[in-house]
Amino acid sequence: MADENSKTDESTPATLPTHEELVDERLVAWYFLAALAYLFISMSGGFLMAFQLIKHNPLNGIEIFSPGRWRMVHTNAIAYGFLANAFLGMLHWVIPRLTLRPVLDRRLSLFIFCAWQFVVVATAVGLLLGQAQGLEWGETPVWIDPVAQLGLLLVAINFMAPIMKQKGPMYVTLWYFVAAFIWTFLTYAMGNFVPEYFVSGSSAGAVGGLFIHDLVGLFVTPLGWGMMYYFVPILLKKPIWSHGLSLVGFWGLAFFYPLQGIHHFLYTPIPMFLQYGAIMSTIAVELVVLTVVINFFGTLWGDGRQFWDNLPIRWFYTGMVYYFLTCLQCSLQVTLTFQALIHFTDWVVGHAHLVMFGVFSMWLLGVMTYLFPRLLKQEWYSQTLCEWHYWLSAGGMLVMASDLILGGLFQGWSWAALQPWDASVEISQPFWAVRVVSGLAIFGGQLAFVYNLYKTWQLSRVRLS
Amino acid sequence: MFESKSGVFFVAGLAFFGFAFLSNALVPAMMYRDLPEKTVEELVNPNLRYQFEDLAQRYPESFKKVYGTPPEETGARSEWYDTKIAEALRLGRKVYVGEACWHCHSQFVRPVSNEDLRWGPVSTSGEYQNELQRPVMFGTRRVGPDLCREGGRRSNDWHAVHFFKPTDLSEGSPMPQYPWFFDGSPDKPNDRGLAIITYIQWLGSWLESYPYYEDFVKSPVAEISLEGDAAE
Repeated sequence: MADENSKTDESTPATLPTHEELVDERLVAWYFLAALAYLFISMSGGFLMAFQLIKHNPLNGIEIFSPGRWRMVHTNAIAYGFLANAFLGMLHWVIPRLTLRPVLDRRLSLFIFCAWQFVVVATAVGLLLGQAQGLEWGETPVWIDPVAQLGLLLVAINFMAPIMKQKGPMYVTLWYFVAAFIWTFLTYAMGNFVPEYFVSGSSAGAVGGLFIHDLVGLFVTPLGWGMMYYFVPILLKKPIWSHGLSLVGFWGLAFFYPLQGIHHFLYTPIPMFLQYGAIMSTIAVELVVLTVVINFFGTLWGDGRQFWDNLPIRWFYTGMVYYFLTCLQCSLQVTLTFQALIHFTDWVVGHAHLVMFGVFSMWLLGVMTYLFPRLLKQEWYSQTLCEWHYWLSAGGMLVMASDLILGGLFQGWSWAALQPWDASVEISQPFWAVRVVSGLAIFGGQLAFVYNLYKTWQLSRVRLS
Repeated sequence: MFESKSGVFFVAGLAFFGFAFLSNALVPAMMYRDLPEKTVEELVNPNLRYQFEDLAQRYPESFKKVYGTPPEETGARSEWYDTKIAEALRLGRKVYVGEACWHCHSQFVRPVSNEDLRWGPVSTSGEYQNELQRPVMFGTRRVGPDLCREGGRRSNDWHAVHFFKPTDLSEGSPMPQYPWFFDGSPDKPNDRGLAIITYIQWLGSWLESYPYYEDFVKSPVAEISLEGDAAE
């Protein structure tokens, strides 16, 4: 693949540019640090709601600490604070190295960094002041939406510049990234403006469903998989197993993923034939996902030892196992039979955590585990702490997801049996208690990571002086 | 095409997204184009008016502080109330969204899981074609019960006490307290308190079977207004 590229790509400079010319390492580090800061803000919001549910919220009745408002900070901080920032940092590393060209303009990069932090902080402040927009995953107050939209446009321009100069077929990673830039822009515009200003009721529900789903499927997923197609072959020092399966994976995702949004609102007054369509394309995409997962395990085949010895690889492949599980779960829960029982329950909450933390956050934490030593020019202060980070995150996630999924079944059965409403809250208590414990484990893992990072940074300073 | 910039950009990026938007978003929008979107003013109905006047009687001081005094003359009084209800509904929705009520309470009754037995008639499209459902408040999680048939099911003072401290009324409720809807005690709701109660009482107030659960005496407000208008 690489050889082919250099033959067709006549514009590739004769002498390879150095890494320093390509990558603004300081910016990558800043993005990662910002991401970690928002990860902690998001986890705090999660805890506030989790403690509220088990009726041990010490801050109950204080407006600025209202668990409802912090619940929205929880999801928005993870999507726009942690994931977006970490992805942007990763893109500033991957795209210049892959295209052998720097991004359009370093000053623009810096401006985007500042603008994006403004968007995220303003969102959090707006939410805490009670100015949310009534759109799930898009609660960003309406006045921030145009700023975020502009930010996404600038991001696309900045990264598309080096990609556009490349000639000939692109590597898999860039298919996903190019598509992600345009999809993210369109998804954000569709979700934040159409149901707010143009349509209401069931149509707004259909658009809202598309937005929830596309945000995961067309922003987070393609950036995540593009990242895997870049880092996995580099770490394993061998090419992706099957180029054909890469093609099937990308084009299958591109066609089926945007068609599924309405599966978030099954049994609503949205026309039934549209609900059936969403269900069928969801099941179709699960088959596509299977080909991608097979492709990556085919790549690992023969190097199984690396799963244990190479920590970033372990992060990545654990995420992929979770990805397979969450997609398997999805192909079941999307059916009307399952929906009747599990919709509105913690089953869905478990699913969401498994996707957003178990897959994409874990991949990004793996990338950080790999890149921080390179950014700081210093090996990790403690491998043991790195292991703790992994095991607490992966283990905590497995417990949290299983616990919530199981709890969701009990809630659904309680409702269908026409038990008094309080009964469903009563039976949820043990599940909610376990969720808090698993959340604390994940939190502990991230603390270990941040402490380890701080000590590593200290070591790097000592070495420099 | 499959690996080129233009293929990915135009086919996967633009065309597939456009196809999905067309089939999944524009189709329902076109289907409901004959169902015009109601403004908040058009949503005011006698059932809701009954609840709103009840608020005025239960909390006269708070009500006066927020909305002022209604005019004496019957016709103007009726119009005044309707305007204030619309105002309360708008703010009420803002509070409902801003406090994330919709992340723990849904607003639609499904035709499955015995939901119509628990809450009332299954939701229909027409119920959502209005300004207060933009974006729609379907919701995706039920920690607490569905609310789209909640209007008239409980009294205004029940809601006031419940918002102030939910566990006082439903022991074991994990719902957070909302003391900032009040000036210190549950008998003094402020503008947000009156608005959110009005909004909750609106939910389902348009149904003929309203309220679904309790003994119901038809609201006399509509007739009184009509008589008043006729007398002039």
